[in-house]
Amino acid sequence: MLEAQNLAARRGHAELFRDVGFRVGAGDALVVTGPNGTGKTTLLRMLAGLSAPSSGEIHWNGRSVGPFSEALRGVVAYAGHLPALKDELTAEENLASLVTLSGAKAPPGDLDRALENVALSHRRHLPARVLSAGQRRRIGLARLLLARRPLWILDEPVTALDAAGAALLARMVHDHLDRGGLAVAATHQSLGLEPARVQSLALGETVA
Amino acid sequence: MALNWFKLSSPASFYPVAGAMIPWFAWGAAILAAIGLWLGFGIAPSDFQQGEVYRIIFIHVPSAWMSMFLYVVMAVWGALLLGFGTRLSGMMAQAIAPTGALMTFVALWTGALWGRPTWGTYWAWDARMTSELILLFLYLGLIALRQAIGDPRRADRACAVLSIVGVVNIPIIYFSVQWWNTLHQGASVKLTGSSMETTMLAGMLVMSFAFWFYSIAVVLARLRVIILERERDATWVGALAEVRAAGQGAAR
Amino acid sequence: MAAEAPTDAVAPAPPAADGALAGLRWALARDLKLAFRSRAELGVQLLFYVIVVTLFPLATTPERNLLSTMGPGVLWVAALLASLLSLPRLFATDHADGTLEQIALSSYPLEALVSGKIAAHWLTTGLPVVLLAPLLGLQYYMDGESLAILAMGLLIGTPILSLLGAIGAALTLGLKSGGGLLALLILPLYVPVLIFGAGAVDAVRAGLGATANLSLLGAGLALALVGAPFAAAAAVRIALD
Repeated sequence: MLEAQNLAARRGHAELFRDVGFRVGAGDALVVTGPNGTGKTTLLRMLAGLSAPSSGEIHWNGRSVGPFSEALRGVVAYAGHLPALKDELTAEENLASLVTLSGAKAPPGDLDRALENVALSHRRHLPARVLSAGQRRRIGLARLLLARRPLWILDEPVTALDAAGAALLARMVHDHLDRGGLAVAATHQSLGLEPARVQSLALGETVA
Repeated sequence: MALNWFKLSSPASFYPVAGAMIPWFAWGAAILAAIGLWLGFGIAPSDFQQGEVYRIIFIHVPSAWMSMFLYVVMAVWGALLLGFGTRLSGMMAQAIAPTGALMTFVALWTGALWGRPTWGTYWAWDARMTSELILLFLYLGLIALRQAIGDPRRADRACAVLSIVGVVNIPIIYFSVQWWNTLHQGASVKLTGSSMETTMLAGMLVMSFAFWFYSIAVVLARLRVIILERERDATWVGALAEVRAAGQGAAR
Repeated sequence: MAAEAPTDAVAPAPPAADGALAGLRWALARDLKLAFRSRAELGVQLLFYVIVVTLFPLATTPERNLLSTMGPGVLWVAALLASLLSLPRLFATDHADGTLEQIALSSYPLEALVSGKIAAHWLTTGLPVVLLAPLLGLQYYMDGESLAILAMGLLIGTPILSLLGAIGAALTLGLKSGGGLLALLILPLYVPVLIFGAGAVDAVRAGLGATANLSLLGAGLALALVGAPFAAAAAVRIALD
């Protein structure tokens, strides 16, 4: 369970948001919306454990967590704006590298299956440099499948994905929640989830 | 007086305390400097070997000591910032750096002026001079790093890491005269006694305290300005008499 | 409704001890593979070293004794400059493509991952300099003994350059002033390495033996090995905040 209370963020002298709070349990998703510049990425980075809120607290399964906390680092799969790929490595190598970094095993069979699931099998020996933006995103999706982390934090995950890719993402999030995972996503597009499992958080309206 | 340290660690609480402390240290510095200079230039006898030129020691040595001492203090505040995350610690470190750099520069410059008549050269690459020069570059690097990083919080923490890494240089400066045969004489002032003539020693010690008081006064004054600048959105800042007056002056 | 999330349904975080070694291996292997795939870049850096070393005799004098005296200093300064040239790339490329965030969020200790990157950096920039310097030293009419001490000093000193440089590279991540600021921050820390490294050769030529200088370098390396990964990891976290 992920819980936040009274979160606030400042960049220098500008306040991005204040009094943000929510509680998300296993099997549920939090969708964060808001205009550009209202701090969606900042909020997600706080939840992933990359930066500290200027005030407020975050709790994971009852324990207070902060930037780079051990508790968070083992459970978060963070997908930021950039797909975190090395141009010089092939799709398959990138995937293997990211999965190993997450501490999970990456036997070739699993890698093959994951790449098939995201429709990249035929491209897997190509260096990431020549892949399209959508294909690079799909490698990120494959990583989510293999990393086996309970908390997914996704920043604009639908970016660059085509209709098939977006549908795949929605299916993946759905299955993840079914397995008892949690997801926090900043997105404009609907992920096709049952409304009962989704909480909404709209930034840009909480700052007085 | 039981001080509640944690209460004092907020910029808002410390601002008035610093303001109250400054006059004491400023006047103290002025008086001590007057006494010290009188002792050094008026009372202490001529040196057996160097004549009158040696008197620059009354500025050179205290500034060198302060340059090292201030760096260590700055590094300690940096460590406190990294350990406890208190904003005031970062502001303190920020306030110290320029004064530390000044002390280092004064030490190097007075050292050069002293070196010319005594060693025949303004500069020699001996261990202590070189490491003091490195210290100046460390200070300048810290100031440059702070300027380059826009976000004050990141700047505080980055400078804290850098200052702690650079602390290694301080023992090198201090012990360099023992470890290497250099142009600098060995330490004449030790905790157990001294080989220097009494009035010379007294003059140097008084001047050291004068420099120390001066540093405290200047650092606290700079700290107050830093607090005002970084906390400018806080309500307590807007309510201050000096800020309101300045605001009215600007509005006119 | 608000249930606890399962933590056993996922791969448990690797235990600390193997975690550190596995993390170091991951970072070292990955960075070496990446460097190999961009080996042209590495070649350019080495070429820079060669060119700088070759410039000095052209600019100063072809006179044998003078060159011989200058030699160790020039070879060391060029090594410092070559190191500074390659350092920004240590973290900047990972930062630019988002990999650095993933590295920082990994359950492997960041200090171990950073150590792996530093090791890869040394193997691709420091070690080639160690191997090349004695050859270039011949241009400076240095004798065999001087060249041997020079190489030894560089062997101990170049890892220090990578270790300290990583701290500077992490502190200046993403800043516009980048390379120049990095040099300003790191050169004061490099100076002792330069002094002892070049000093070792001078000491041998003066008949004093290089043991003192090389031991001090060794002590510096030990200190850097222990402290730099922690400082660099802290600096990375600060830069990502």
